[in-house]
Amino acid sequence: MSILLDRSSRVLVQGMTGSEGTFHTQQMIEFGTQVVAGVSPGKGGTRHLGLPVFDTVAEAVRATGADTAGVFVPRAFAADAIMESSAAGVKLVVCITELIPVNDMIRARAFIDRRGTRLVGPNCPGLMSPGERAKVGIIPNNIANPGPVGVVSRSGTLTYEIIQALAKAGYGQSTAVGIGGDPVLGLSFSDVVELFGMDDETTLVVLAGEIGGSDEERAAELIGAGYSKPVVGFISGRSAPPGKRMGHAGAIISGNTGGPASKVEALNRAGVPVADTVEQIVELVRERLGAATRP
Amino acid sequence: MKLLEHQAKERLRSVGIECPRGRVARSPEEAAAAARELGRVVIKAQVPIGGRGKAGGVKLVETPEEAAEAARQILGMEIRGYTVPSVLCEEALEIAREIYLGVTVDRDRRGMVVILSFAGGMEIEEVAEHDPEKIAKLWPDPFTGPLPFEVRQLTLTALSAVGGDPGLPKGAYLTSLVPLVQRLFELSQRLDASLCEINPLVLTKSGQLVAGDAKIEIDQNAEFRHRDLVTELGPDAASATSGDDPLEAEANRRGLTYVHLGGNVGIIGNGAGLVMNTLDLVKQQGGSPADFLDIGGGAKAELVKSALEMVLLDPTVEGVFVNIFGGITRGDEVARGLIAARDELGIKLPLVVRMTGTREQEGRQLLEEAGITPAVSAVEAARKVVDLVQAQGGQRK
Repeated sequence: MSILLDRSSRVLVQGMTGSEGTFHTQQMIEFGTQVVAGVSPGKGGTRHLGLPVFDTVAEAVRATGADTAGVFVPRAFAADAIMESSAAGVKLVVCITELIPVNDMIRARAFIDRRGTRLVGPNCPGLMSPGERAKVGIIPNNIANPGPVGVVSRSGTLTYEIIQALAKAGYGQSTAVGIGGDPVLGLSFSDVVELFGMDDETTLVVLAGEIGGSDEERAAELIGAGYSKPVVGFISGRSAPPGKRMGHAGAIISGNTGGPASKVEALNRAGVPVADTVEQIVELVRERLGAATRP
Repeated sequence: MKLLEHQAKERLRSVGIECPRGRVARSPEEAAAAARELGRVVIKAQVPIGGRGKAGGVKLVETPEEAAEAARQILGMEIRGYTVPSVLCEEALEIAREIYLGVTVDRDRRGMVVILSFAGGMEIEEVAEHDPEKIAKLWPDPFTGPLPFEVRQLTLTALSAVGGDPGLPKGAYLTSLVPLVQRLFELSQRLDASLCEINPLVLTKSGQLVAGDAKIEIDQNAEFRHRDLVTELGPDAASATSGDDPLEAEANRRGLTYVHLGGNVGIIGNGAGLVMNTLDLVKQQGGSPADFLDIGGGAKAELVKSALEMVLLDPTVEGVFVNIFGGITRGDEVARGLIAARDELGIKLPLVVRMTGTREQEGRQLLEEAGITPAVSAVEAARKVVDLVQAQGGQRK
């Protein structure tokens, strides 16, 4: 099993005909993902990468039964793309696009919440369920292995580091989710942690947060209130000064909120050990799961 | 982009929010002329930062002569790193009460929040910390904006939180705050503002609500939709930004995501989370990061070269740590960029490169052939760069 995405997921890609969309759709197909359609307004009726292209998400859903969308459109159109998929009944939208205006995301979030659509991102690497051979987004194909660890993280390359280090040590992943580095996101740490809690395959969760906001603290509250699985934590940006935006729009310590100390404390209070390095994450996982069975 | 006070007030006026009459002056003569026209005025430094009053950048004057003198003192003054290019000369208000009104982003609620407090005349952060119950909040539907009944509820909550005489009958506040809040929200949406704040919103002795000071910040991610505004306001705002870090300004020109941190170990990596983690590793090893520099995904050799040049512009840098996870970024491209930059710039200081992922073998081979030793683990690389920098004993070679 996995969360959010599995081998039965039928994926459409918004912006598939663009260069980013083309490259990453190919990668998704190579990984084994069931990509069923592309959506590019004005290019409906054509084919790309051997797949049908539609003008609207609604048509794509009607014709192909797509239930999951990957968004690779430029930032000016990204919020609209998210809302279009939601309105067409898509259950899970994964938005890779970065630098989307925060007001756009606030409207998109309000819109999809009313329709019960789940959103991963924006400004994220997407998600991958290795055992299901399914991914939506840009996580490299060759770094993950199937296994029992659920990974949830805010960043991209740091998530890849964690996935690769775990896989090399023999700890594969049920699903790895990059929730994104923006201040206004779809799924939060708590949402994903909760989903991992209900997934039979996942026996341990790695939560990799960073400075900014208080989502890590709220996930810690959820875990502290009686979570069924062991969790290993990580917080990056611990040496960042206050008031400086560290690359991610959301990675900023502002006033009294967003600092690393309260995140580490909240996680520790919830019984979650916080690793200082990626290597230490692997050590903490080993202590909890025992020696890996797969090399 | 932060608008200057006079620019922000012009926007408020454009949606019908009352502001004091004022003139922008760039010389003592212009300030005197403004005072002749407006009478008793406040002379205010126009810099995009708070704490102007405490720094001596705000003065109340009675006559044109005093206005000229105040302007002479304030113009060119430095306030928290910003040189004052102009002053706003504004008619002085007869203040009966100060109120706080702001619209900003609430990350936790994934929405905009309207904040109202009758405990005015203070920094709202201080009120939030010491008297959080004196702040009333409203999270409007982003598609409808604040509805009249919601604003009335907000106002009643805020009024009941302070007690005492609010200075105006309750009904008068209810009538005047509904359009005021709606207009401010509408403006925040139209400008893609991450902050629209009137602090203080002054209740004058004659019972008017007037914007005493105003702050507007445009969301950086939305500036592409407000090119006209950037062009119109840019030169004036830019002239007030000499306080900005010159290295960060240079990085901006180069299109690099860079934050100057002031230590001696230069940091380059790909991906914000990874770079943040790289800083942490250097700190853990007893080093001091000089910067945060994210080359993003899929960087080509040319960009890597520009990044290394950028880090070396910082005179306090004594060694550089490059940390790359190859996904869509290729190890060989990064290696080529680093080698080109090193050869062209004749870099002598320690350069430690940690590389993993796509084309790491090719990248490592290129580096080794060029005499740069690549590291496998990030922790090991961090230790190595810190050791090498410390071995030099603070000398940049």
